[in-house]
Amino acid sequence: MEPKLNHHKGLTPHVCGECCTKIERISVTLNANRVLEDISLHLHCGELTTLVGPNGAGKSTLLRTLLGELPHSGAIHFLPVFGHGRPDAPAMGYVPQQLEFDRFSPISVQDAFSSALSRWPVALWHSRRDRATAREALAAVHAEHLIHRKLGQLSGGELQRVLLALSLTPVPNLLLLDEPVSGIDLPGREMFYRTVSELRQRFDLSILMVSHDLAGVTAVSDRIVFLNRRIVCAGAPAEVIAHPEVRRTFGLDLVTPNPERP
Amino acid sequence: MNTWHYLISLLPFEWTQFAFMRTALLAVLIVSPLFALMGTLVVNNRMAFFSDAIGHASLTGIGLGVLLGMADPLWALVAFALILGVGIIALQRYTRSAMDTVISLSMSFSIALGVVLLSHGGNFNKFSHYLIGDLLSITPGEVGQLLVTSVLVGSGLLLGYNRILLIGLNESLARSRGISAWWTQMLFCAGVVMVVTMNLSWVGILIINAMLIVPAAGARNIAGNARQYVFYAVGIALFSGVAGLIASYYANTATGASIVLVAMGCYLVTLCIKAARGMQSPAKCGLTGGNGLAE
Repeated sequence: MEPKLNHHKGLTPHVCGECCTKIERISVTLNANRVLEDISLHLHCGELTTLVGPNGAGKSTLLRTLLGELPHSGAIHFLPVFGHGRPDAPAMGYVPQQLEFDRFSPISVQDAFSSALSRWPVALWHSRRDRATAREALAAVHAEHLIHRKLGQLSGGELQRVLLALSLTPVPNLLLLDEPVSGIDLPGREMFYRTVSELRQRFDLSILMVSHDLAGVTAVSDRIVFLNRRIVCAGAPAEVIAHPEVRRTFGLDLVTPNPERP
Repeated sequence: MNTWHYLISLLPFEWTQFAFMRTALLAVLIVSPLFALMGTLVVNNRMAFFSDAIGHASLTGIGLGVLLGMADPLWALVAFALILGVGIIALQRYTRSAMDTVISLSMSFSIALGVVLLSHGGNFNKFSHYLIGDLLSITPGEVGQLLVTSVLVGSGLLLGYNRILLIGLNESLARSRGISAWWTQMLFCAGVVMVVTMNLSWVGILIINAMLIVPAAGARNIAGNARQYVFYAVGIALFSGVAGLIASYYANTATGASIVLVAMGCYLVTLCIKAARGMQSPAKCGLTGGNGLAE
């Protein structure tokens, strides 16, 4: 434990359980389609909340709404306890599902860090501080050897680790992970979950993660939210797994189908 | 200015004896690095077609300027291109339709309008020099104008370089870092418009986009990070600018087009370097898709 890294200064590095982000009755309509309906969700510090649901359920849309990319009704309140950022725009970390980018862009890992961290143009050179920060952040996810590689030359798992390191520099109030492990093999996935779970406790982060991998996330999540345009059910992993619609969507009852359910 | 002319005329070449060549050389040296720096961002952010549209749309700007009875339609040109550039970005953001469709639409519209305006009364030939450009007729006053705008736009570009780079990498990622994609993109487009329109009369509408795109595209083939990218692009731009200018003097050809041809030559050289690197280290270009030949 490193209390100095905790963004809730003066508090113990344990889960404080306070509400960091309040999502109140959010609805999103895209091209006359209601993609999200009446979503209310409170995210707590030090808690990993996982969003699951079928394809097209609006999981990524919810993250993009939190990022401020989509118009919505309802309200989002961020309560950055003592951290950086203003109440309406907190420091958010974001790891996209698959970073869509031009793989031939001559942008190195160090360039990505420097351009996100400072205004000193990466076209000239990197400041000593940016170099040190990038190296330190990459070391936390065991990726410091990648610092001079081009982003386009990284493998899927390497890229996700670099993006996770980037999203944690500086430590955000809210970390958004959009299917961070899709396309990564099982050992890579487990390592990613372990890292995230460790970081959550170390930094007292509130994390919202989208996942398809129900089996993988039940062990690490504090709370699972099953989303299908609206919140179908939310609660502790064990409760959510018992819910009939969750079981149907993820095929958990395939061995012993329940004839009573339509 | 006098010092410049004196120093250059000391060089032991025939072309240095002419004042118009010395002025043109100065213009090339001022503008090439700016084109290269801006080009790296235009190529990274996949805006090559956008800058092309701005260049072509200038016909309408010139047409409007002439219609308003302006002796030098430059400012009508700048104003029209700015409106069009902002319009394209806004239209794309609000309709969320594909960028190339929106650009193609606005480009066709403004070229058609420009040709109609300029051909009114059968005088289109009078304006054909805008298509090809004429560097050798550039005046010291115009070079001063170029210097001021280049310094302004150049420092703006450097200030915003990181943010524009991040938006080009991935917009959601940039947004999560608190960067306003809308404003950054708008200001960047305004910068592109300024550079394209200010240099139009000497480079020519038909090839101005090549000045932006070719050095950056060449540098991309061989650069491993952002700094090398800009460094190589500026190098290619300066070399082809000076070499093209001198070649056009001896071959008696249009300067802008000659510069573009030299730059294309540089591009081919970088392509060969990249191919040679790919052959040297086949292990690197396999699954990771680094620098294979089949790009």
